[in-house]
Amino acid sequence: MKKYLLPSIKLTALLVLLLGGLYPLFLAGVAKLAPGKGDGIKVTHNGRVVGYENIAQKFSDDKYFQPRPSTVDYNAAGSGGSNKAAGNPDYLKTVQERIDSFMVHNPDVKKSDIPAELVTASASGLDPHLTPAAAYVQVPRVAKLRNIPADKLKQLIDANTKGPLMGLFGLSTVNVLKLNIALDDLK
Amino acid sequence: MTTEILGVIATYGITLLLAWPLSRYIVKVFRGERTWSDFMSPLERLFFKISGINPKEEMDWKQHMKALLTINLVWFVYAFFALFFQDKLPLNPDGNPGQSADLAFNTAISFVVNCNLQHYSGETGVTYFTQLFVLAFLQFVSAATGIAALIVVFKAMKEKTTTKLGNFWDIFLKTITRILLPISIVIALIFVFNGMPASYAGKEAIVSMQGDTVNVSHGPVAGFVAIKHLGTNGGGFFGANSAHPLENPNYVTWMTEMVAQVIIPIAMVFALGMFIQRRKFAMVIFGIMTIGMICLLIPSMQQEMAGNPAIAHMGIQQATGAMEGKEVRFGAAATGYWSTVTTIISTGSVCGWHDSTMPMTGLMQLLGMMLNCLYGGCGVGILNYYIYIIIAVFISGLMVGRTPEFMGHKLEAREVKIAAIITLLSPFLILAGTALSAWVLSHHPDADWAVKPSAWLNNPGYHGFSEMLYEYTSANANNGSGFEGLGDGNIFWNVSTGFVLILGRFLPIIGPVAIAGLMASKKYVPESAGTLRTDSITFGAMTFAVIVILTALSYFPALALGPIAEYFSL
Repeated sequence: MKKYLLPSIKLTALLVLLLGGLYPLFLAGVAKLAPGKGDGIKVTHNGRVVGYENIAQKFSDDKYFQPRPSTVDYNAAGSGGSNKAAGNPDYLKTVQERIDSFMVHNPDVKKSDIPAELVTASASGLDPHLTPAAAYVQVPRVAKLRNIPADKLKQLIDANTKGPLMGLFGLSTVNVLKLNIALDDLK
Repeated sequence: MTTEILGVIATYGITLLLAWPLSRYIVKVFRGERTWSDFMSPLERLFFKISGINPKEEMDWKQHMKALLTINLVWFVYAFFALFFQDKLPLNPDGNPGQSADLAFNTAISFVVNCNLQHYSGETGVTYFTQLFVLAFLQFVSAATGIAALIVVFKAMKEKTTTKLGNFWDIFLKTITRILLPISIVIALIFVFNGMPASYAGKEAIVSMQGDTVNVSHGPVAGFVAIKHLGTNGGGFFGANSAHPLENPNYVTWMTEMVAQVIIPIAMVFALGMFIQRRKFAMVIFGIMTIGMICLLIPSMQQEMAGNPAIAHMGIQQATGAMEGKEVRFGAAATGYWSTVTTIISTGSVCGWHDSTMPMTGLMQLLGMMLNCLYGGCGVGILNYYIYIIIAVFISGLMVGRTPEFMGHKLEAREVKIAAIITLLSPFLILAGTALSAWVLSHHPDADWAVKPSAWLNNPGYHGFSEMLYEYTSANANNGSGFEGLGDGNIFWNVSTGFVLILGRFLPIIGPVAIAGLMASKKYVPESAGTLRTDSITFGAMTFAVIVILTALSYFPALALGPIAEYFSL
């Protein structure tokens, strides 16, 4: 064992410098050329930074499209999910409350039309996206409060929908922050 | 729906397409042939010179293991003290505190053994210094340790009679400089240009559209996430792991992370065939591993896409599947695929919480970790499979009444004893640990720990039992995923899983290396008509049967109490 101790310590020190020091430093340097300059991509609106493209934020006002429920209250410095099991009675009560609350805020929507992703919490608590269905279902509410024709809002959602990768892989998503910015810009 | 499944198929297809050339390259590196990466050799020579290492000195299997254990011990001591004193070290822009002794013990062990159990949360529990200089460093070297041990076994299988099995330092360092580091850089660059952070800036306060002030954590994420997957480590930069939108921003990064985590395990199987020049032997192993994966994958994806029956009862449509603990940009099919892959290989990263998956999916996750050899972790997956092969050769030998032989060497009592001990070790650690925690929970619910046992479980009933079973299974398999609702940030879990981690890592490395080393030193027996052919499909099926029977016998009672009972009660 002794024979190997000194080489182990020296090799460890060198590798710590290479892998813990130079490797991330190099990447931080290259990242200066990338979108967001290695700090994450930010979104500006009316000359002000209003958030990160990929971090969900809270929209309490019914005049906006709302993101998926978050168990960490959209805390971007402490991500996390509920970790509740499928059959946990307390959890199912929470889901029922979300359904009831949604029905109160969206009286024009039938219960069977509520997509599951709007009454279940995301994994990170920061899911920035909705499915197109979860955005459409909010249209009657937003249309009524803003006096905008529903068709126009649907077009807005379609314009802000990103299809599957290369049209083939994965799901269609709608970025809630960008959709709400476009909504505010609608005059 | 269709595009979701297409995405999964494409991802697996890309993995195979890239694994093939990678395996050829790996074989070249370890045979010492010329490759494009020879420009690294001056750096390697410099490292060896400073460290006082002669990379040409041949070692026997015992010397290999001594070197491996010594350097692992050095890493553990270094990591423990760095984590314990991290608040006094530089690169801590968020002012995070030092870890407690038991947490630092668990975290250090967990990253040294390639597990990454993470009883802390990335945003608050570590600093940039420890993320980079300790955790990311360990993610490289622990993966290289597993691969180096496997290469020793490759060499032992290839040679007729020898005790000289190459130089540990040489294999270990080349694994990093020729394989892990260059590929990690490529992966990290893909991440960076997809919006993953890579800078050293601390968390930033942003005023949201409706005027809330929100602190957003970021940091040097991209490089960390690259080696996290390539080295089958799985420890997340953020608490939400690869579900976090800055740790996995879009479908391109999802595919990249998915390919990255399974490419080396698959390439090592192909490399086995080329290295020992028995391609059919390796292809049969690859076939068995793939069949095993598909058996776990199909129920997982089906269950997740079908949705939660309890929510269906409420009258809610689940066109997108069971979305609790999942992200819209990945969806249920992709998250189901990830959950299978991350548990059969020992990554343990998640893009959706396993605690919230359906009971049958949870069963598949547990089985994946209990088998721990379907592709398996960097290097160690094949080592685990090797043990099953030894058992299968032994049983087949008994059945036909001949002294069992493998790769031209007699398999005798000593080797079989080692294989038997390694096989029994996993169920012992998992079941004894689960029993102990269940006992503490029911007999000492108010014990004065950071989290009282009565508050450990995040879910009642069968699923609560599964949370404890999952934690020890994950620790033993060096996987690192969890049913994360478990309140594991206290001395009981930190210490008990810490010991399971050590035993579950090093004995299953030493065992196969010892068997291979002992066999290689024996007299070579040329193959004859009476030799059991280990490269036949029949023998592959035999190995598969051994794996299934051993796993079922060991774990069925515990699984019946957990996910199976939960499934029937939902």
